Formats: sequence, structure tokens, C-alpha cells
Amino acid sequence: MSIRTDVKPETRRPPTVSATAPAPRRRRTWTPYLFLLPALALELVVHFGPMLAGLVMSLLKLTQYQLARWWEAPWTGFGNFEVVLDVDQPVGASLLSSFLITLAFTVIVIAASWVMGTAAAVSLQNARVGRGVLRTLFLVPYALPAFAAVITWRFLFQRDNGMVNHVLVDQLGVLDENAFFLLGSNAFWAQCVVAVWRLWPFAFLMLMAGLQSIPGELYEAGTLDGAGPWRQFREITLPLLAPVNQVLVLVMFLWTFKEFETPFVLFGGSAPEQARLINVEIYQNSFVTWNFGLGAAMSAVLLLFLLLVTGVYLLATRRKVHEA
Amino acid sequence: MGARLLAVIVAAASAAAALTGCQAGGGDNANPKVLTYWASQQSPSLDRDKQILEPELRRFTERTGIKVELEVIPFTDLLKRILTATTSGKGPDLVNLGNTWTPSLQATGALLEWDGAMMAKIGGADRFEKVALKTTSAEGTTPVAVPLYTKVFQLYYNKKLFSEAGVSRPPATWAELVDAGKQLTRDTTGDGKPDQWGLGLRGQAYTTALHYAYILGSARGARYFTGGKPAFDSAEAVSGIEQYLSWMGKDRIVNPSDAENADWADVYEAFSKDRVAMMLVQTLGQTLKDYGLSEDRYGVAPVPAVTPGGKDVASFLGGTNVAIFKNTDNLDGATELVRFLTSVGEQTVLNTAYGTIPPVKDAGDAAFQTDEAKVARQTMADRAIPLPRVAQEAQFETLLGNAVTSWLAATATGKQPSAEQIRSELASLSQRVASGG
Repeated sequence: MSIRTDVKPETRRPPTVSATAPAPRRRRTWTPYLFLLPALALELVVHFGPMLAGLVMSLLKLTQYQLARWWEAPWTGFGNFEVVLDVDQPVGASLLSSFLITLAFTVIVIAASWVMGTAAAVSLQNARVGRGVLRTLFLVPYALPAFAAVITWRFLFQRDNGMVNHVLVDQLGVLDENAFFLLGSNAFWAQCVVAVWRLWPFAFLMLMAGLQSIPGELYEAGTLDGAGPWRQFREITLPLLAPVNQVLVLVMFLWTFKEFETPFVLFGGSAPEQARLINVEIYQNSFVTWNFGLGAAMSAVLLLFLLLVTGVYLLATRRKVHEA
Repeated sequence: MGARLLAVIVAAASAAAALTGCQAGGGDNANPKVLTYWASQQSPSLDRDKQILEPELRRFTERTGIKVELEVIPFTDLLKRILTATTSGKGPDLVNLGNTWTPSLQATGALLEWDGAMMAKIGGADRFEKVALKTTSAEGTTPVAVPLYTKVFQLYYNKKLFSEAGVSRPPATWAELVDAGKQLTRDTTGDGKPDQWGLGLRGQAYTTALHYAYILGSARGARYFTGGKPAFDSAEAVSGIEQYLSWMGKDRIVNPSDAENADWADVYEAFSKDRVAMMLVQTLGQTLKDYGLSEDRYGVAPVPAVTPGGKDVASFLGGTNVAIFKNTDNLDGATELVRFLTSVGEQTVLNTAYGTIPPVKDAGDAAFQTDEAKVARQTMADRAIPLPRVAQEAQFETLLGNAVTSWLAATATGKQPSAEQIRSELASLSQRVASGG
């Protein structure tokens, strides 16, 4: 407290000084920015350069014919976008279906990861014994390299020798016959399981950090007032975690919507139609069928969609979080 | 800030364009003492590839004084590396290509043309098998690559399982293949479910799915591009795909679980463990040794034909071509290296080491006297065709391959698609390739 009162007069004084000598003050405020400028410019080039290049590419008819002299590729304006967004044609229809699959995938994965992360974080909040061990164990999926983790899941899901079928059919007898988990519509659910398994430790980590900042007195007060664990969770934990949740859900949404590694490794490059995520679709259109303009247009549409969702989400949640 | 940023980007882009622009000529000899060579991975490991190639390249350096900087690149990365090199204009002097990519890469204009004069420098076009030369360019254009190693599809069969089932010889027609397959599909453990199957497939790989569809369709006379226009939905193409699906569906000679096999390793494993009696696969060389299978335990026969003794298509010609980038700064050295790699001596050494078949006619017959090599050379001479020699080959392979893969997945779960379903989907894919190219 004493420090704050010391500082205040000092910061208030400069305006009177600057009235007589404005030059020194301006130099003082601009110098740090001047030093930052090269880094900032470079950062912008590195970050927005490729993005701009992608946007420009989406306006070109860029296939293998123009690749060696890409700067001469013919301009098509919004031609690529017309193809990509025309859902009556095969390209657009296929993109729309992968978009809807991705949407369902994202909702399921985020919901499951959030519920699991919250449950684990809350139940470990008061644990004294074994907390460190469990915390480490829970974080393993997050720390494992994606390829190693997903290829292991591929083995688990195999029809003949996979452990999932062994448990479900031979040991529990839930299924009569070995099921396919890597083909057809089951592939979608297999992909969800793997994605949740990979993502939930992140939710757990963030929420656990968030929980540390909630003062213990609030729970004591709640207990004195006769609130049970569920009431305490709803009235104390959830509102105070709102700022963490706001960021957490957004980050998980952006990651999951752009998921690529999981399907790519799980299905060995040929994702079943029922499980084809939008990024796999874009990859196939640009790098496998060599239509880079079309792939760039799809990426641009994806970028716009994610920007829109992010913007709306931040606007909608801002007031709530600030009220809390 | 925004304007300045834009200016920076435009300046950088135009500088890059100018740089690459002045390199995009026809190759020169500014740097005659060094070559960079991107070789494709031909053996099971990158290290083994280096052990095979490096001594040979040292011999080349001793002979010519040109140093070769070698990089061996797995096929999964190679295409992306080539595309990046093409876009930036900064690539190696020489590069190996999967031969089926050649027409698509030719369209980028980044590869040097091998006209008659260039060909003469390496002994003339007549030295090469006709079908191998066809893989070096799009139909009716000048070659942009030279064949190095070739492979064809062959029938590999497990001798022990054949004798146990009382099948005396490998099937020569497709009908015989199904009959033999039924005899070889057996329940050996007595639990009422078959655990040994007639044929093994790599079902979840779109490339392999496309290869089978193409071979079986072409054997009936299907043409996938007529006058450069996609026409995938011919009756012959449809029945070729139906035949492939039926092995697993109607005929039940393939384990439905094979629809999950993403790698050949899965099939080789089953073959070597006596769970699969036959496989149709490209020339394997020493591969099965890595699975503990010695050469006396399996036989190699030509891919079956539609009619007995028929000369119909048994394979497309797979393999590897070598190409020179147009912007090389050591054109003479690069040509010299291609001459070296296609020389009789090196062709024999390298193809023997990789278990492939030499595309040059004059490579010593003595070195290629195994059953496998004899069958392969015969197939290459009589019954092999290139994949479609059009720039849209990559699109064709991807879209059709993915469709066949998903049909096999449906077949595995008991829902083999009808001929009409296949035909209408093929028609829509044709239209897609026509509009996208």
C-alpha cells in the first residue's frame, strides 16, 4: 500500500513538466517502441506473410502447370471460391460434408475433454496423497509425441488383433463379433476417442492452475453456510473459473477444428469418408491433387469461419466473464 | 504500417521472383565440379540405400572428378520436396521420381527434356524397354526423365499352404485364382471361423487400391482417359473394380480385416506367418527375407490373365526414373551421372541390390535368373502398361483410389456396392477431374 501512494504523485507530476518541455517526454515514450519495431515488423512478416500469400493464392488458378512460374498463374478472382462453396458440385459437397463432420467432432471432443478435465482437476483439488503422481500420469497423453500415441491407438483399434475388440468381445462379451473401428462410421467415434484422450490433459492442466487461484476461505464460508460440494462447485468454482474457461474453450476449439495429425496417423493417409476432417480434405485438395489455388480457397474459407466464431465467441463471453 | 508491410512483402516476393526467374533457363555449366542428387529410398532403410549408392558414386567421382552430394529421401517426402524445389527454383541437379508422377511433374516445366541428342549421350532410346520409356513423359511429348529401376506386379504364393490345400500349381486365370483362393481359405483352429485366407490385400491404401482397379480394368480393355479427357466410368472399369471387391465380398477369399491394412508390411507379415496363401504385389527382391521367409518357401508366378494364356494387362509399370532439373548449373556433369547410372554395369549392381528389374535391355541376363526376375522381365516385355500418361494422373490416382478404398471398407462390413453405384460415382469423379484440371 505504501508503495502505491509513493508512486502516484510521481506519475502525476510529469504533465506539469511536459507543459514546459514536451520534447524529453516524447523521446522517453517512443524509444522502447523504436527498439521493438524491427522485431514487430519481422513478426508481422513471418506471421502474416504466409497468410497473405495464401489469400493471394486462393485468387489464382494455381495447379502443377503454373508451379515453376507461380507468379504468372492466371488470376481467377473468386473463381476458386465459387467452386469451393458450390455445394451442388462434387468439390463443394465434399467440403461441406467434411465441414459438418468436423463441427460434430469438435463439439464432442471439447465437451468430453472439458468434463473430464474439470472432474479430474476438482477431485484432485483437495487430495493430499498421491496428487503429484496422478497429476503426472494424467499429463502423459499430452506429453507423448502425436505419432507415437496415435499409432498405438491404431494398434488398439485393429479388428483382428486389437485390444479393444479383445476386451469387448472375448472378455466382456459386449459384442458378438469383432467390430471394425478404423472403417466406416465407427471410425468417426474412434477418432473422437483418440482426440479426447490427447486433449483432455490440457483442459485438466489449465483448470488445475485456475483452481489454485480460488481462495480456500470461500469454500470454508460455503461449508459454514451449509452448501454441499455440488452447490459449491456451481456457485464458487464455476464462476471463479470463468476467465480460464473462456480462454480454454476457445483454444480447444481452434485446435480441434484444425486437427490433422490424429486422422492422418490413425487412418494411414486414407481417412474414411465418415471421419474426414476439414484439414484432411484441404490437404488432399492441395497437396495430393495438386490444386493449390483450390486448397488455398478452402483454407481462406476455414480462416474466415474461425475468425468469425472467435469474434462472436469473445463478444458473447466478454460481458459474462467481466460480470463474474 | 500496413502499407509498409505490404511494400516489404511485395519487394521480397518480386526479389524472389527475379532470382528464380533468371534461373529458370535450360541449365548451364557454371559449377562443373559438384552435383547434388536426391535419390529416392529404394531399400527398407535410408542407411542401406546410402551403403548401396555411396560406393558406386565414389567410383563415378574417381572416373570424372565430379563430387556428388547425395541425399536419400523417403518416397513419402519426395514429392513435397520436389514441389518445393520447383516453386523456389532452388533444387538439386538431379532427382529420382516415382515414375508415375513423371507426367504430372512434367507439366510444371521444371524438368529438362531428353530429346534425341540428349538420349544419344546415354546410348540412345533403343537401349530401354519400350514400356519403360513410356513412363518418362505424357503421351506424345518429349521425355523429361530416364528410367532407372522398374517393378511389375507378380503373384507370390506360399508353397506350404498350397501343398496342404492340394493346389498343385499357381492360378493362371482370374477364375482359377478364385477357385484356388476358396480351397486355401480354411479354418485351421476349429473355432468355425477361417483363420487362413486365399489372398492378402493392403486395403486401406488408396495407391494400391488404384493399382488393382487400373490393372483389372485395363485387362478388360478399359481406357481411363480418351483424348486426354477423363472417362472413368466405362463398363470395363466398373467390372474391374467389382472383381477386386468381390474377392473380399462375394468370393470370400480375403479376410475382411484386410480392409484396415495401411501398409504392405501387414500383408507380408500375414504371408510369412502362413495366414495368407497368395499376394499380388510389385517385385519384392529381398524384402521377404526381412520377414524370415527364405526363397524356397514361396513361389513367384505371373499375374493371372482373364483368359487362359491371355496376353492381357498384368501390371502397370512401376519404378523410379531419374530427371535433371532445368536450372542445374552442371548440365554436362548431370548428364554424365545419368549415363553412369544407366550403364550396363551400374544397372546390374543397383537393380540387384534393390531387387528391381533393369529397364535397359542390355543389362546382363546372367544376373537376373531367379524365377522372380524372369517372370518380371517377361511381364514387363509382354503384359505391362504405364499408368495414364496425362498431367491429371495424380488427381486420377487420388480420387479413384480413395473411392475404391471406401468401397472395400463397405464390402468389409458386408455392404459390397452394386455395379450401378460404382458407375455413377465414377462418372462424378470423371467430371470432377475434368473441371479441376
